[in-house]
Amino acid sequence: MKSRKFGNVGTYLILGVLFLIVLFPVYYGLVGSFMGERDTNSFPPALWPKNGLHPENYSNALGIIPLGNQYLTSVLQTLAITLGQLITSALAAYAFVFLNLRWRAFWFGVFLSTMMIPFESIIIPNYLLISQWGLKDTIAGLALPFLATGFGTFLLRQSFLSFPMELRDAARVDGAGHFRFLFSILLPLSRPSLAALGIWSALSAWNMYFWPLLATEDPRHQTIQIGISQLQTSDSDSPGMVLAGVMLALFPTLLLVIFGQRFIVRGLTAGAVK
Amino acid sequence: MTTASSDTVLDEVTDSAPREAPPTTAAGGEARRERWVAIGYLLPALVVFGLFVFWPLAKSILLSVQGTDILGNPSGFVGGAHYTRLFGDPDFLQVLWVTFAFTILTVIPSIAIALLIALLLQSRIRGVRFFRTAFALPFAFSVATASVIFGVLFNPASGVLNGILSHLGVDKVQWLTNPDLALWSVSGATVWMQIGYNLLVLSAGLGALPEDVLEAARLDGASGLRLQRSIIMPLLTPQLFFLVVVGTIHSLQSFGQIKILTVGGPEDRTTTLVYSIYEQAFANNNSNYGYASAQAMVLLVIVLIITALQFGVLERKVFYR
Repeated sequence: MKSRKFGNVGTYLILGVLFLIVLFPVYYGLVGSFMGERDTNSFPPALWPKNGLHPENYSNALGIIPLGNQYLTSVLQTLAITLGQLITSALAAYAFVFLNLRWRAFWFGVFLSTMMIPFESIIIPNYLLISQWGLKDTIAGLALPFLATGFGTFLLRQSFLSFPMELRDAARVDGAGHFRFLFSILLPLSRPSLAALGIWSALSAWNMYFWPLLATEDPRHQTIQIGISQLQTSDSDSPGMVLAGVMLALFPTLLLVIFGQRFIVRGLTAGAVK
Repeated sequence: MTTASSDTVLDEVTDSAPREAPPTTAAGGEARRERWVAIGYLLPALVVFGLFVFWPLAKSILLSVQGTDILGNPSGFVGGAHYTRLFGDPDFLQVLWVTFAFTILTVIPSIAIALLIALLLQSRIRGVRFFRTAFALPFAFSVATASVIFGVLFNPASGVLNGILSHLGVDKVQWLTNPDLALWSVSGATVWMQIGYNLLVLSAGLGALPEDVLEAARLDGASGLRLQRSIIMPLLTPQLFFLVVVGTIHSLQSFGQIKILTVGGPEDRTTTLVYSIYEQAFANNNSNYGYASAQAMVLLVIVLIITALQFGVLERKVFYR
């Protein structure tokens, strides 16, 4: 028993040190967003607000660039991509599992291959296409290239495959067509997988950086991710305000990760574990 | 970290042995109609893939064998000229070296640290739930939010890192502008961004370990390090292998942290392959689409080779139950 107790102390010690190191950027991001310049710009800088709290960092961040507009752009972009991926993935997964699809292996390969092509390697033609169509600085331009995913299709396919065939036959005997069966029976019963896909889509859409950097020019139409990265270069003298912008951009994904972890792990294991 | 591309790489491992539903045994006419219905259900996704994946892929290949005029328009066939230029260009050889170094410096440490945390979180101590949630928080950070925070921490004049070092009597370190240090700093920030994801994968793997095997090993007297080394690690190889592949592909695609923290400098010492593509094609209105596309094809080939290795050669050597 003695060695076990000692083991626990050791475990706590290592975990504690790792905790301090790994969580420090989170802590400093949050606490720093309330610190004034007297704390952040002195050397060595304060590790906690010694000279009062400065919530005006947040209103300053909102004022200096059109952060409100950018927030809305990010929300709309995220909604468009998430809904688009849920719909296209559900339809395609349905065809793979329940329909008499010809050349199934070929189409399977097509969907699989889209996951192996890094977007960065085809980003130039995508940029040229969106510019040519006059879609720069629009939600459509931000969302269109991401409205379908192989990942989402395979995630939902996996869940559809475990759907009891008897239930499906019963629905067909009752006269439900494919469309009705999909939307009023199958999808409502697949909610956990839809939630997993939805959370993954939303996280990746909200956090996107390279594409929105190219697809937008006008600050009012940029996403929040681009906005905060430019806060840093435009005003490096007030880290408190920069960090306030970061916290605003972080808020929705932080909520998703804290309350949606179950679904995130579900998406993870659908892809990762045999 | 969770860019669209991280989704893309997430599931290279989606079932290699698809379990298909049996074809429906309907009468001829109806079956034929259903085939068209099936294509209809695939169509929305196929249109998106056609327009934004396959057509751009073909266009990338085309651009890479064409010259580019000053306005960014293709200016005639140049064959493999861009490719021969690439591999004779010392700048590009440095880009490849930086990309390679960045990948090594990010993939291995981020897996090692996440593995250590995941194993520690396996022990039956109080407060594990709290630690679990706390350690998953970095996963919520985007490349932009994390990079901006690290930019503040790395600030040489008033950043916290130099502040802490000053208590130890260390002079101010130029984290992002010292040519010998910048890549290490950017890699360090990237390791941090990767830990959350790696931890989620490893924790899920550990949570799914067969309890009977662990129990049998414990009854045989294995405990502590021995249990971890001889039983848990071999059972965890699929997850570790998956993380090496996904992490490598992810690191190869990294862009935001470099754009935000160093803009590829100093002396191009943090210019990775994707940053170089960006620089050639988009920075300062370069519009060097031909040369940039040739670099994009190099990226594509590297990623495809890693994917092929995963599917073909290495997967067989991984311990699966």
